[in-house]
Amino acid sequence: MNGHENHGSAKTYIMGFLFSIILTIIPLWLVIQHVMSKSMLTVSILLIALLQLIIQFFFFMHIREGEKPRYHVMALVLGAVMVFTIVAGSIWIMTFNSQVH
Amino acid sequence: MAQSVTSMDTRHEAHHDTFKLLGFWIFLVTDCIIFACLFAVYAVLRTHTDGDLTGHELFEVKGFTAETFILLASSFTSGLASLAMHKGNKKQLMAWLAVTVLLGMSFVGLEITEFAKMAAEGATISTNAFLSSFFTLVGTHGLHVTFGLIWMIGVMVQIGRHGIDHLTKEKVTIVGLYWHFLDVVWIFIFTVVYLLGVM
Repeated sequence: MNGHENHGSAKTYIMGFLFSIILTIIPLWLVIQHVMSKSMLTVSILLIALLQLIIQFFFFMHIREGEKPRYHVMALVLGAVMVFTIVAGSIWIMTFNSQVH
Repeated sequence: MAQSVTSMDTRHEAHHDTFKLLGFWIFLVTDCIIFACLFAVYAVLRTHTDGDLTGHELFEVKGFTAETFILLASSFTSGLASLAMHKGNKKQLMAWLAVTVLLGMSFVGLEITEFAKMAAEGATISTNAFLSSFFTLVGTHGLHVTFGLIWMIGVMVQIGRHGIDHLTKEKVTIVGLYWHFLDVVWIFIFTVVYLLGVM
């Protein structure tokens, strides 16, 4: 193995695991306790899920690794654009569809 | 001469590996798009419950919370497996992979129990539009996990036979990436389906 390769260490895995547990308990607690209005709650737990996704990508999937140019990051960014378009676009257009409500 | 050939070979191999890994990342992106479509359908149909049998009545906090923690833990243990592999510790690698497989199996077991319970209450895939999209989305993820389990057991058999070599290393890395990806998808199922469902 090359010296400069980095596969994460026990420390980063444990940190990632702790973060992901905390980021699971917080939204669960928020929902069970009903601490905010419904729309605020929805936005908050979606943001926490996004944070959780970033944690998984950096601590577990080692997204910053690999040879440059980082084609896998480019593929992922393209994927994110498509996912956003499909999900947000579907919700947006169906909101104005009188047939489904 | 011989030396230069070997060094060219390794360089060629390293190059080849990068593209194999890139290919797998591209597969993960296409899988992301499949799940995005299923999430979009669910988001649109989640209110179409035709009266009763809503998520609020059907989802049990205890059950999906347990599933979430089991999957998070299995993602962590599969990370520890790849760490053991890079240290060259075969015994530890096999042990962490075995723990990951056991956690994955209990996840699938819990999910099947949950589905069976819902079906017993009359909530099947054909009951209403909400349940059709629910079972399709969560079931597709469950199938992915099941496939990942079979794959991981297959990799374990190969490590048992050949030990940690260039090929098995690559296989552990790729199946680990797949497993972390399933965890990422579950985070969104946990948030969008279950948490918004019981809200």
